[in-house]
Amino acid sequence: MTMILGLYNYWVVIVLMMIGFYIIIAHGHLIKKIIGLNIFQTSVFIFYISVGKVEGATAPIWQEGIILYSNPLPHVLILTAIVVGIATTALGLALIIRIKEAYGVIDEDEIQAMDNQAMVNQDKEHQ
Amino acid sequence: MVGIALAVNQIKDMFAVVMLAGIYGLVSASFFVAMDAVDVAFTEASVGAGISTLLMLTTVAMTGRTEHEASHKPLLALILVAITGGLLIYGTFDMPYFGSADAAVHNHVAPRYIYDSMKEIGVPNMVTSVLASYRGFDTFGEVTVIFTAGIGVLALLSVAQRPKDDAAIEAINDSMHEKHLILRVAIKTMIPFILLYAFYVQFHGDYGPGGGFQAGVIFAAAIIMYAMLFGLSAARRVITQPFVQLLSALGVLLYGSVGVVSMINGGSFLDYSVLAADPIAGQHLGILIIELGVGLTVASVMIIIFFSFSARREYQQANKGASL
Repeated sequence: MTMILGLYNYWVVIVLMMIGFYIIIAHGHLIKKIIGLNIFQTSVFIFYISVGKVEGATAPIWQEGIILYSNPLPHVLILTAIVVGIATTALGLALIIRIKEAYGVIDEDEIQAMDNQAMVNQDKEHQ
Repeated sequence: MVGIALAVNQIKDMFAVVMLAGIYGLVSASFFVAMDAVDVAFTEASVGAGISTLLMLTTVAMTGRTEHEASHKPLLALILVAITGGLLIYGTFDMPYFGSADAAVHNHVAPRYIYDSMKEIGVPNMVTSVLASYRGFDTFGEVTVIFTAGIGVLALLSVAQRPKDDAAIEAINDSMHEKHLILRVAIKTMIPFILLYAFYVQFHGDYGPGGGFQAGVIFAAAIIMYAMLFGLSAARRVITQPFVQLLSALGVLLYGSVGVVSMINGGSFLDYSVLAADPIAGQHLGILIIELGVGLTVASVMIIIFFSFSARREYQQANKGASL
């Protein structure tokens, strides 16, 4: 019983991470893939923050008379990771917009099919 | 949260998916508060529930709402995911239990951050002192990554020449904005307070939760809100794009030059203790300046990203109108 309670947080993290992973590999829609990546990323954030938590401690802001604080190091790492994450997400979305403009679709399979078609046409021209 | 994530997997309407992602961000922010990570919760609430939802909506508006049924079987993916998940869960059996104070993570550098940072840095918020002073190199790298991402978005989406007939665009804007009179009046009174709050978060980061990252995002959110309700051209008149680009570079430069100045004063790169006669005062000064640099870069990069996205949309709409 203590094992289930003690590891419950990590298991939720793994479930979330796997849902994100599944969305990334099983869906063809590019925006959905980005959201899947975001869920994957958030699960890592939750993992770090859970690791940093100490039972009965308070937020790591120094106060008179408190001796037990949660670990500030994971907080720092995740805080910056969130902001970097949104910047890279924006970059991914920008790429999607350009893909949409170039191909007219944002579905992986359709893009692949169009690419293959273009290759075949090119080969014909060469012959 | 698991429920929301599952729903994201199932729903085909992208608008609903994006909204769910926003809710997911908000839920995880409240989880972070429960885990004592107030600074992180702050950031996640403004980034995950605010700006990222907005950017995704803009992208969805440009690319279409529906998702096609996947043609290939997802069974293989499911098996792969199940195996990976099983292995990871097997891995957790060796982990220290949640919340235990004697776990390995709490025994190396953390005690020094917790017990000595008040003596060495003199800043009550340990997250700020670790972020800006002990791990200043990391933060410098991250600010550079954000700056680079901003440049990347600009390179991908910048509109080479602004469409000629601004009148047509403004007609679209006006028709859209006259419908939202109540929102406009309400938001107009809120914006000064949001900006003021951003400054409070920026400069109070030493004592309470907050700092350059959060303040930058909040500041950008206020500007973005203005742009959404009053039109992009109105927002551009307030803050021009070249000015924002200059600010984003200036933030990184400010951060880097603090490091160089401390080198000139005889310390190592980003060692703030030599900035003033008293090491604690030097640390305070250094943290204040680099947090300002971080705030500048984050705010201006977020504004740049939003401006590029919506300018692209305006450009597309104008082209569509011309071709019809």
